[in-house]
Order: sequence, then structure tokens, then C-alpha cells
Amino acid sequence: MSAYSVTEPSKASKLAAGLLVTLYTIITLLPLVWIISTSFKTGPDSISYPPKVFFEPTVEGYVNLFTTRTRPAVSELETLPPPEGLMEEIARRQGTIITGPSRFGERFMNSVIIGFGSTALSIFLGTLAAYAFSRFKVPLKDDLLFFILSTRMMPPIAVAIPIYLMYRELGLSDTHLGMILLYTAVNISLAVWLLKGFIDEIPREYEEAALIDGYTRFQAFRKVVLPQAATGIASTAIFCLIFAWNEYAFAVLLTSGNAQTAPPFIPTIIGVGGQDWPAVAAGATLFLLPVMIFTILLRKHLLRGITFGAVRK
Amino acid sequence: MAEIVIKNLRKEFGAFTAVQGSSFTIRDGEFFMLLGPSGCGKTTTLRMIAGLELPTSGQILIDGEDVSMRPASQRDIAMVFQMFALYPHMNVRKNIAYPLVSQGIPKAEVQRKVAEVARILRIDHMLDSPVGGLSGGDRQRVALGRAIVRNPKAFMMDEPLGALDAEFREIMAEELRALHDRMHATTVYVTHDQLEAMQMGDKIVVMNHGVVEQFGTPQEIYDHPATLFVADFIGSPAMNFLRFDSQAAAGADQVTLGDQPVTLPQLQEPAIGALVLGVRPEHVTLSDTAPLRARIEAVEYLGTTQIVTLSTPFGTVKARTPSTQPARPGDLTGLKLAAPRLSLFDATTGRAFRTAANAGVFHG
Repeated sequence: MSAYSVTEPSKASKLAAGLLVTLYTIITLLPLVWIISTSFKTGPDSISYPPKVFFEPTVEGYVNLFTTRTRPAVSELETLPPPEGLMEEIARRQGTIITGPSRFGERFMNSVIIGFGSTALSIFLGTLAAYAFSRFKVPLKDDLLFFILSTRMMPPIAVAIPIYLMYRELGLSDTHLGMILLYTAVNISLAVWLLKGFIDEIPREYEEAALIDGYTRFQAFRKVVLPQAATGIASTAIFCLIFAWNEYAFAVLLTSGNAQTAPPFIPTIIGVGGQDWPAVAAGATLFLLPVMIFTILLRKHLLRGITFGAVRK
Repeated sequence: MAEIVIKNLRKEFGAFTAVQGSSFTIRDGEFFMLLGPSGCGKTTTLRMIAGLELPTSGQILIDGEDVSMRPASQRDIAMVFQMFALYPHMNVRKNIAYPLVSQGIPKAEVQRKVAEVARILRIDHMLDSPVGGLSGGDRQRVALGRAIVRNPKAFMMDEPLGALDAEFREIMAEELRALHDRMHATTVYVTHDQLEAMQMGDKIVVMNHGVVEQFGTPQEIYDHPATLFVADFIGSPAMNFLRFDSQAAAGADQVTLGDQPVTLPQLQEPAIGALVLGVRPEHVTLSDTAPLRARIEAVEYLGTTQIVTLSTPFGTVKARTPSTQPARPGDLTGLKLAAPRLSLFDATTGRAFRTAANAGVFHG
């Protein structure tokens, strides 16, 4: 007979929990694995049936993602000089020649500028507003907070037409600034509410101590409140970035040439001569990376953020 | 160090008046207690002196200078909070140095002062530890260190021992008092614990419902309470109240309790109507021959003394008697009251009548 403990789970239940979590992880990761593996397949491999689990990896998809190509006649191909460089060689292998770079890099940078820009702006404005709501006597505070939240009570796309018309009038259509402002407007309610919760949890005594120690209100905010709220700011930033990064509908509607982000661009790389799934998968894989890296960097804060305030210290 | 003068200080939060027209003076170097039950306005008063709340009306003078409307950062005051409020993201050294950093003092000077304070408080071995892992007492010392490092004009302490366990409180109370005696720093200390106030304070202000009930030395307040509230709040067990109707002219030194004359300090004003005679338990003695009759209800043994609970026609009375004196529940006995130590209150206003004994004590 083994010792029985009230607080320590038994070996069997630990094992069961472990199995369950593993199974869940596999199920969630499956689409990711599919996308990443497809990005390293050749065109024919990517659509073979049954799907190939083991295949010879290639970077064709990535080459196609970053280039535009034409498919000359076979007779013409044979007259060309031997390919120069790896990219050219891979293109030639598919019976194409590279005619120039694609716009993926540019679109990707747009996503970075707009995603991180709007996240930074949401956090900046959200932190200041949340601090004010948390600490100061604001007239009609509860109503204001409700109004702020009410912007989330419908899908943002419900206001697509007014925004489209407004943006056309203001000259904000297809600009980085326009998209940053739009995503900030959507994210700020979330930011204010989440951050207010975090700041409410920080005892006022810390700031009061700083005020008495000779610091101004703003210095106390910057040197005492902000470090305390780092956890909340980090987790709020992740949520804001994920929204702005993945947003598709407004990006399709409001951007075309100049400020188009990656999500509306990726479907357009379907390709020359047949559907180039590996290139699409390569685009999706690269698109995943920034949010993944950002989240991993802030992971420690995110976990603490989710359980924050659950236990009184 | 500084003298702090409070003049007609008032604070309203919307419709609620937290402090109504307090006036008192804290002399240079005094250990000054703001005492009262929770919600009496003592913490609000402290926060107004510190600059964390602005008064609705009235004045706060520090060294003769009106600072009522100045922000906390410009008052040169240090504060110790009940929950210590140590900056959690800084270690002990940084916490203590923080008030100096705001003044732009050179680094070497900061290090020297921090080291000196740490030595005084015996926390020099933990300067580089994070504050999160410290015990209550050590946190308290760090908070004190942060307060004294700057040599401020005055210290504000908001129930600084409230978060410590009973055993440790005693030690810290002694350390605090010793530190004060060494530095002679004007200190304003908020507490709801009357024992703490009596034990540590040079002066006490007793507050209730936003009103200053009495202001004086611990002894004055204990011996000559100005109101029924103070009499009841200070002392354990509290002062006994014998309720009766009578009348006495100014100059009289007797009142009639039932049909018995009771001698008390000479009245300086007339006392008429519903009266309350106040007597501390240690000023009641049991005597079989005394005319004021009582029945013993209960006896609590406390070692050298015992608390005897008695019922009289004028209410319950507790007497502190030597535990060698026999007292059995159910027995009938008589009560002798120590005449010079009695107080007489007006039952309707709760105010003590002015007598020869307390005349010098009341400060308005």
C-alpha cells in the first residue's frame, strides 16, 4: 500500500494528466506541422494523395515566395546559359526563370510596422488611460469605461463601410498611419480594461511612498507603477499584437498597394502555372514567426499575467 | 526637526466629513499619537499632514510655514506605511537610497548614508537582498531606514506595527521608541491600540467621528478623560460609569448617588440632571462596611490582581483588587471610590465637568 496524500496527486493521475496534455498539444500543433512541412515540399508533393509524411525537403516554396518567375518554352530554356546562384537553380529546376523579387518582403515589413506600431500606441495610450481610471476621480468614470468597452460589443467589420468612407475622405486609405490608428482604436478598449485591472491590483501605497520620498506624480508613475505593471503590459501587448497582426478583413478592404499587410497578400501568391501551395505555406510559416518570437520572449510575463491577482500575497 | 501646528483642519469626501475642524500642536521632537477607533479620521489627518490628501479647509503649519496645499514631495516629510510599501522591484539598498536619489545626492554620499542607517537598524547584512523575502520585522526596519535616511522634518507613521505578530510588536515598539529617543525627531503616529499609544506617546490626540475628543499626555488622558468616549476607549478594562440623576452647584465637592453622598474633586461649574460618575477599576475597593452596596457577579484572576465584576443599582462596575482579597460570586459587599480620582460627566453631552482635579488638563 502506498502512502496517501491529500495535496500530492497520485502517480496514475499525474500520468493521465500528462497523456491528456500531450494529446491536446499534438492536436493543436497538427495544423502548424502541416503548414511548416508543406512549405518544404515540392509542388507535386504538396498535393499528393495520400499526403506524404516523409519527403525530400526543398526550399522551392521559399524561393517562389520571394520571387516572380515566368515559364518559358522548353526549347527556350535549353538555350539559356547555366543558372547562377542557388535561387536561379531551384527556379530552373521547376522549369521557370526568375524575373524579379516578389512583394512579400515589403508586405511583411508593412505588417511589422503596422502590427508593432499599433501595439505600441495601444499600450502607451492604454496605460495612461488605465492609470487615470484607476487612480483619479474621473467624472462619469463608470459610463466612460462602459462606452470604451461597448466598441467591442460588435464585430469591428460591422463598421467597415463608415470607416471606408471616412478613410477615403481623410486620405487615410492605404496608409500605414491609417492602419495603425484603426488597429489602435480596436485594441485600446481591451488595453484599457486589462491594464486597469492590473493597475488596480498595485497598492497605492507604493506611489504614495514615492510621492513622499520626493518624486512627482509622473516620476512615481514611471519608476514605481510601470515596473509593477510590467506583467500586465506584456500580456496586454501580446493580445494587441496578435489581433493587429492577424487582422484580415480591414486589411483587404482598406489597403491595396502601399500599406498592404501580409495577410491579404499571402493568398495572392497562389502562383504561376498551377496553385503553388508550398509558397503559400512558406508565407504562412514566415508570418507566424514574429508573433511566436514575441510571445516566447514575453512568455514568463504572460503566464504570470494570466494568474495575476488570483492569490493575495 | 519641526513643530507642526494644525488649525481648524477639515476634510470632506463628498457628503462624508472625515475630519471636522481639528486643532492641535505637535511640538518639536515630540512622539505624537493620533488615537481612535477605525473610521475616526486619524489616518486622514495624518495623510493631510503628509500631503497625500489636501484639506477642505484649515491650515497645516510646519515650522511656521503654511504647507496645507503643497504636494507631498515638497514637504520634506517621511512616512512609514502600515503595509510598509517597500518598492517590490528594488532590493533593500535601493529602497533605502530611493529618497536620496530624488534629491540628486552624489552616489558616494548616498552609499555612506545608506550604510550608516543600515548599521543603526542592524540590517547591514541584508542590503543586497530583495525585499520580497524579508520577514515582517525586517521589512519594518527597511521602511524605517527609508524614512530616517533623509533626515526629514518629521516622520508620519500609519499603524506601523499593525502588520506584525503580537510577539514582534513588543520588540518593534521598544525599538521605535529607542530610535526616537536617539534622534529626537518629531513623529506623528497613528494607532487604534490605546495601549500602544499610552506606552509610546509623549502626547495623544483621541479622535472619534472626525472630532478631536481630547489632546494631552497619556497620564492626563487616562486620569482625566474629557469625554465619556475617551473614558471608555482608554484603559482596559474601561472606566466604570455609574448613571444617576442629581444636581450640584459650582464649588460643591459632593454629589448624591441614590441617597448616598459621594465625595469628588471640587466642581468648578454646576452639574444638573442626568449625570455619569466615572471611576477607574483600580480606584474601586471592596469594603463590607461601605454604604454603596454591590453584588459580586464574576471574578477574573490575573495573577497579582483580579477583576471583580459587580452589579450595583447604578450599573455594572469592575474593580481591580489584589488577588489575595477574597471575592466569591454571589457575595454582597460595599464599594469605596477613591474621591480625588473621580470624574463627573454630563450624560447628554458626554462632556466631563470641570473640577479642581482636571481644570489644568483641558486644552479647549
